[in-house]
Amino acid sequence: MSFNLKINGETRRVDADGDTPLLWALRDELGLTGTKFGCGVASCGACTVYLDGLPTRSCVTPIDSIDGEEITTIDGLSGKASAAIRQAWTEMQVPQCGYCQSGQIMAASALLAETPKPTDEDIDGAMEGNVCRCATYHRIRAAIHRAAEIQEG
Amino acid sequence: MFQGLTKRLPPEVKPTRRQFLVAMGGAGAGLVIGSRLDAIKVADAATGPAMINPFVIIAPDNSVTVLSKHLDKGQGAATGLTTLVAEELDADWDQMKVEFAPSNPQLYNNLHWGPYQGTGGSSAIANSFMQYREAGATAKAMLVAAAAQAWGVPAAEISVAKGVLSHASGKRASFGDLADAASKIAVPEKPSLKDPKDFTLIGKHVPRLDIPDKTVGAPIYALDTKRENMLVATIARPPRFGATVKSFDDKEARAVNGVVDVIQIPAGIAVLATSTWPAIKGRDALSVDWNFSTSENRGSDELWTEYRALAETPGQVFRDEGDADGSISRSSDYIERVFEFPFLAHAPMEPHDVTIEFDGKTAEIWTGSQLQSVDHYVASQILGIEMPNIQIHTLWAGGSFGRRAIYDSHIVGEAAQIAKISGRKEPIKVQWTREDDVRGGYYRPMYLHKVRVGFNEGGEIAGWHHRIVGQSIITGTPFEQALVHDGIDHTSVEGVLDSPYEIPNFRGELHTVKSGIPGLWWRSVGHTHTAYVMETMMDELAAAAGRDPVEFRLAYMKDKPRHAGVLKLAAEKAGWGTPVAEGRFRGVALHKSFNSYVAQVAEISLDPDSDHGFKAERIICAVDCGIPVNPDNIAAQMEGGIGYGLGHAIRNEITLTEGEVDQSNFHDYEPMRITDMPVVETHIVPSAEAPTGVGEPGTPPAAPAVANALAAATGNRRTILPFAKEGAGDA
Repeated sequence: MSFNLKINGETRRVDADGDTPLLWALRDELGLTGTKFGCGVASCGACTVYLDGLPTRSCVTPIDSIDGEEITTIDGLSGKASAAIRQAWTEMQVPQCGYCQSGQIMAASALLAETPKPTDEDIDGAMEGNVCRCATYHRIRAAIHRAAEIQEG
Repeated sequence: MFQGLTKRLPPEVKPTRRQFLVAMGGAGAGLVIGSRLDAIKVADAATGPAMINPFVIIAPDNSVTVLSKHLDKGQGAATGLTTLVAEELDADWDQMKVEFAPSNPQLYNNLHWGPYQGTGGSSAIANSFMQYREAGATAKAMLVAAAAQAWGVPAAEISVAKGVLSHASGKRASFGDLADAASKIAVPEKPSLKDPKDFTLIGKHVPRLDIPDKTVGAPIYALDTKRENMLVATIARPPRFGATVKSFDDKEARAVNGVVDVIQIPAGIAVLATSTWPAIKGRDALSVDWNFSTSENRGSDELWTEYRALAETPGQVFRDEGDADGSISRSSDYIERVFEFPFLAHAPMEPHDVTIEFDGKTAEIWTGSQLQSVDHYVASQILGIEMPNIQIHTLWAGGSFGRRAIYDSHIVGEAAQIAKISGRKEPIKVQWTREDDVRGGYYRPMYLHKVRVGFNEGGEIAGWHHRIVGQSIITGTPFEQALVHDGIDHTSVEGVLDSPYEIPNFRGELHTVKSGIPGLWWRSVGHTHTAYVMETMMDELAAAAGRDPVEFRLAYMKDKPRHAGVLKLAAEKAGWGTPVAEGRFRGVALHKSFNSYVAQVAEISLDPDSDHGFKAERIICAVDCGIPVNPDNIAAQMEGGIGYGLGHAIRNEITLTEGEVDQSNFHDYEPMRITDMPVVETHIVPSAEAPTGVGEPGTPPAAPAVANALAAATGNRRTILPFAKEGAGDA
């Protein structure tokens, strides 16, 4: 089957079965490999993308369930919040193995776009679904606070 | 050292030890044929990059590329090794790059391990510290010599700083300008190294080289390997360890759109498809009948019954000083505790993945290879080709925690089986799912400790009897000769055998249990359980003696300045002895592992609504790891090590029922999350000693420090892990 998906501002055609998770359509069919595979059951957040701006687990989102929503992946992530998050991630040296960080940055950027001055509780709420086995959590929290300062200017 | 390897290889591959050693010894320069190194050697040196030595490549664009012989799976080794070269080379950090070295044990062996290449035991910086500094110093001497020739001035008059060579006459050149000429200079035998007081990078803040890629989702992992016409394979492995395929029906699997082949291999049934999702769906559609006559059919409850019974009988003695039993029986009181530690999966974020391309004569393999020499050897045996005809491309790995350092290289081995048996010329990526990983064995084994300590009035320890029951992870592997002595697997007793506490009468006994469930080293190995036991026991003994836990420990360490140093530093920084904030409770733990010394003070608050009774609020960590090469990375490794140790202590265990693993993914092997993570403050002891490891040593003290804080709060001493097994307890 063939599906047209709006990804990072472009319409892309995918030839795959309708039950194919968006994660594998992005990675295998479209070569957008920034989105990572961690669990396949929406338990870790490594595969986080946005559907119309909302963080979504692409590993459990079949492509036939997508109905014209704008898809944003780490490969196409842009804007003030994500720039601040990336700068803070670099300043605070957040990543270790880095494998979960695409998802962490997607989640953190969405938080910062919505809530410019997040509290620790806001961070808990937005980030609890994103697993980091290297336990960079301590720096993720500090970097989100730092990104809020950067974004404020 | 490798004779045990044959025991775990598929039946069609039975190399002798001699064959293996010949293969390793014969590897040599031939191994790099077709690799980046070879391409560099034959490149037009005037326009291409110049290989100055096996570790340093300088290109005309002025970039300096360091070849990292070690895998970087998040621990920062690649940046660390590059720092060592850049320091002695007097390079500008901005011109530095890093790549992973090819598999070649003659050039890139781990100097702590002998003749083979691999990463583990927190050894990357420790074994490479002089080697990579000398590589940088050699390169610098050759650049200087090339400049001296070109400029007609004495080498001693040339200075180098931030990647620029200069002379008082006004002549200047970049490394790139002189790379070609430098590559033709005779390699100096003993380059002079800097006095540590002149270091400008070592011990300073040096940003990691991999972070820019890791903030944009760059394709740097094995998961991201993409080759033309590549197939993706999944494998249906037996549900019980050691079971085999009796029969299978692949009709429905073959009907899945995208599935191109289904084959039987020694590891199980492989489904090959044009992409990942059909490979997963195809595997789900398989019907396999398994033969359980050869498998491990016991569950963890049965194993615990066996362990508990063994704990009541004398084991093999690994430590015997004075008269432990007699002194305990004569003491005025004693404490006896039985500790139980579950199987634990490593569950690195990146599920295993390896791509292989095999044309019948040569092969290439892309993976996060942690033991390149074993991966290389196993692939050559299964494919039936010589090692020089195989290239291993090591890629950045999404975590490991020990899981990618596999004595039987079964992950690469399965890929080689598929390539060989399918006969397909297309590249094949073998993709593991999280379920494959969680249920795939190679766990930190179950361990039981039964400890009885006698003490006299006033609380002085009279005697210590320590019995350990557990499975050897080393026996039957290539590492047996190095790590198993007289039947005692050192990794089963490390941390008890070499405890810093001077106990007058001590007897240690070990029961080595056999099971069909494969075990493996797991971040800090034996110290994962021994530190917990030693440090919670010492804490309880201090309480029984009515003494301060820090003072009590120090009293039992007469000549242990580095142990005492970190303990005092952590205590001081944590405000030990001063009142703690209301609602908070402190606990302390100290442990040496991988030649590094770590003490931690934990502050917790009680949380009756949590699954385990508390929240770890803050951990103050002091570490002595010799010369701190990259202080910020040391802090990061302490933070990660603490999170890893604490997360598993809180709520992780792998259990089995009738031989089948009960857990399958992160919903029932729930990882530590941001809400569980304490604030961590790391303090590094200044040192001029040789650098030691940091990847693992942060892990062992975390759980006992927190458990001791919990005991301070509630009096409840947790001896069964994970904590969640007991629920919120007395909180």
